[in-house]
Amino acid sequence: MPQVTLTVNGKKHTVEVEPRTLLVELLRETLRLTGTHVGCDTSQCGACVVHVNGDSVKSCTTLAVMCDGAEVTTIEGLARPDGTLHPMQEAFREYHALQCGFCTPGMVMSAIDLVQKNPQGLSEEEIRHGLEGNLCRCTGYHNIVKAIAAAQEVMHGRRKELARAAE
Amino acid sequence: MNVVSNKWIGQRTIRPDGADKVTGRAAYAADATMPGMIWGKILRSPHPHARIRSIDTSKAEALPGVKAVVTAKDIVDFPVDTPVPLGIQDMRWMCRNVMAREKALFHGHPVAAVAATTEEIAAEACRLIEVDYEVLPWVIEIEDAIRPDAPILHDFLRFEGRPSNIAGKLEHRLGDVEAGFAEADVVIERSFATRPVHQGYIEPHACLVSVAPDGKTTIWSSSQGQFMVRAMTSLLTGIPQSDIRAIPAEIGGGFGGKTIIYLEPVAVMLSKKSGRPVKMVMTREEVMRATGPTSASRSTVKIGARRDGRIVAAQGTFYLQAGALPGSPIRGAAGCAFAPYDIPNVHSVGYDVVSNRSKVAAYRAPGAPIGAYAVECVLDELAEALGMDPLELRLKNAARQGTKAAHGPVYPRIGFAETIEAALAHPHYKAPLGKRQGRGVACGFWFNAGGESSAQVNVTEDGNVVVTTGHPDIGGSRASIANITAELLGIDYRRVSVLIGDTATIGYSNLTGGSRVLFASATVVTQSVEKVITQLRERAAKIWGIDPDAVKWEDGQALPAGDNAGRFPPLTLKQLAAKASETGGPIGAGVQLNTTGAEGGFATHICDVEVDPELGIVRVVRYTAFQDAGRAIHPGYVEGQMQGGVAQGIGWALSEEYVYDRQGRVDNASFLDYRMPVCSDLPMIDTVIIEVPNPKHPQGVRGVGEVPIVPPLAAISNAVYNALGRRFYSLPMSPPKVLATLEGAAA
Ligand code: FES
Ligand code: FES
Repeated sequence: MPQVTLTVNGKKHTVEVEPRTLLVELLRETLRLTGTHVGCDTSQCGACVVHVNGDSVKSCTTLAVMCDGAEVTTIEGLARPDGTLHPMQEAFREYHALQCGFCTPGMVMSAIDLVQKNPQGLSEEEIRHGLEGNLCRCTGYHNIVKAIAAAQEVMHGRRKELARAAE
Repeated sequence: MNVVSNKWIGQRTIRPDGADKVTGRAAYAADATMPGMIWGKILRSPHPHARIRSIDTSKAEALPGVKAVVTAKDIVDFPVDTPVPLGIQDMRWMCRNVMAREKALFHGHPVAAVAATTEEIAAEACRLIEVDYEVLPWVIEIEDAIRPDAPILHDFLRFEGRPSNIAGKLEHRLGDVEAGFAEADVVIERSFATRPVHQGYIEPHACLVSVAPDGKTTIWSSSQGQFMVRAMTSLLTGIPQSDIRAIPAEIGGGFGGKTIIYLEPVAVMLSKKSGRPVKMVMTREEVMRATGPTSASRSTVKIGARRDGRIVAAQGTFYLQAGALPGSPIRGAAGCAFAPYDIPNVHSVGYDVVSNRSKVAAYRAPGAPIGAYAVECVLDELAEALGMDPLELRLKNAARQGTKAAHGPVYPRIGFAETIEAALAHPHYKAPLGKRQGRGVACGFWFNAGGESSAQVNVTEDGNVVVTTGHPDIGGSRASIANITAELLGIDYRRVSVLIGDTATIGYSNLTGGSRVLFASATVVTQSVEKVITQLRERAAKIWGIDPDAVKWEDGQALPAGDNAGRFPPLTLKQLAAKASETGGPIGAGVQLNTTGAEGGFATHICDVEVDPELGIVRVVRYTAFQDAGRAIHPGYVEGQMQGGVAQGIGWALSEEYVYDRQGRVDNASFLDYRMPVCSDLPMIDTVIIEVPNPKHPQGVRGVGEVPIVPPLAAISNAVYNALGRRFYSLPMSPPKVLATLEGAAA
């Protein structure tokens, strides 16, 4: 069986995988990082999004063998060791951008990548288009869009702290 | 109603499970694992309708790695002639839905199941099972299923004395419709059709089950009710309820679709046979093929009004597709359709029609959007015929306190007219429309529900509070319970921890569904907290040596009730908790109730659409929802329910539908081909919460989760008419259909 060595959330792992093992299986079954979710079979829902070398990818359609040598970040790896949440996580929590929370890890990972790649700032429309690969059935996306709009201000240093959600 | 100081009730507090859900710590059913765990897989029927002559599992059993095989023989049979109702389900149908017995009734119907050391081996073993099918003629659409020469699904079903696919009929009558229509100056009658749509929760069904050698069974699963899981699994496996512990995993969405079980009893039998813990997780394809979408429908609605706009008679006929086994939500369709209006003469009939597709499950206000779609579109035409503003027509006929509804009740104080008045006064209603844009309105009603709930409220030794309820939290109910507890106790909401108990740790609690959870659990939590406050006053009284009646509880502390009571420094919750063992032992209380008094919920929606005549694409460009929430305990999650329901309604109206191929198979069983709204399909969904407190609830709560999906189908249809000058009488208004209609109009 092929071996892959990859760094997940800052920790190096060497594991044996089958050629057809998916990254999501490696994360969930082998490393027990179950924050990355699976919602579909056709690469549509985005519940499985993680970062591989800084880019968001759907781990349900990424082969584990392709990640040899890669840096992988999952939802579990975003908060600081002292528990301080990433501004995007904080924004989702503060803006009630989740109900059941099943889409949340993938949404947060996609949103971080989207914001990081657009330092000029994103309009509502751009956020909506940037999230086309992530389904949420609970929220109607309303608060998700608001959370991302607020988080980008903090991530790009335009604000020190998250603006409080509207009372 | 309690007088509340409103420090926490009505606040947008941070939900107790927020951190878990943004960090990936929240544990959903598919995340569970156990030592020695093996994987279960289901073999599903490739035919929409076939008699099962025999099943040969020997080759599968011989495959290395296979630990158990289960067929219908392993599931308790409930004979078709004796009803065994359980909630909204009947075990006669449940046992046949979980595993096909005499016949496979839809493409995707479970026929057998295998547990093996890996998912791949289990899938391979399923392929080795030989099923001898006698393929039968099948029928899927309602209009085909009710034809006299239609293939009959169940020879035990009789309608008007003959074998039929009509499994049931429900009728509401008020006044005399014939006489009513005779009085009308304008009568409009139209027929409508809707397609089946799926609840679309992103988390597929999943469970982990372990049956110990002594028969003690533990189930971790994703459901809208651990007690429903326990009861149904017990009946289908013969294991007594006391030996089953059903643990609710975090639930990744349900919308009604997880008020029923599919996997648990099968996994239990696989675990029992193999002696190993068994995990089962559905694929999306399995979810789409074999778990309950909602009904397709065929409706005809006729409404008559006098020239002044007073509606005098209304008649509705609603045929709903139940899927393979009886039980479509005809009550929601026929009952809710006319419920928002004060109409003296009503006749509303629903028919439950079986056909060869998966058995429907509840979907957010089950049936109600189907009824409202027809009624609210006809009202739009009526308003036009009368030359009236469509909201004014609705306001003129709005049900109010004292109105007798056709489905039975006489309404107490309700907030329906207020939602219409708020819509009329809202800037959205008067905003100018752009080119190719149109505006539509519609209203909606849902019964809401009470029922059984249990709560336990305990004060910890360090003076904080743990609340346990029995309802899976599907949309933020923990946050609302924290607000109420904090409010009543006068402490910061962050000192309240809200947990969901399993069937062994909390008393019976009915499903999370029907918009009942906050109504019911707030009632039992309020009563529990009141008991805790009584205990706290008693403890303070004991310390001070005075009568408990001379102690009051305010702002999180005990105080002498007046000057006569004596002068003592206040005792805080923390201080009283620290002295609990000296003053009488642990402080805590539980309440279990069958709650009543859940009054109906009403909404009014305004929708603007823009139609692209070249591509046939309808886009919702502005949407405002007005709803009477009674009392919004946590406005953030009330709005969340409204936004989520509207988004689902938009999908239903514009893009979602089941498609069947010529062999009667689901042709679009994936998120690729079944088109749910993505972020870029939707606008911001504005919300206006109206608060007309429910007089029968301690905080005035009305259910809020279901109503928001009721008006959108008609609001959008009416907006499309306003934009195009052409009406659609069937959903979804998808691009091909819109184009065909526009081309037909041009030709
Ligand atoms: S699981 Fe749905 S896109 Fe990966
Ligand atoms: S919060 Fe439930 S799917 Fe997004």
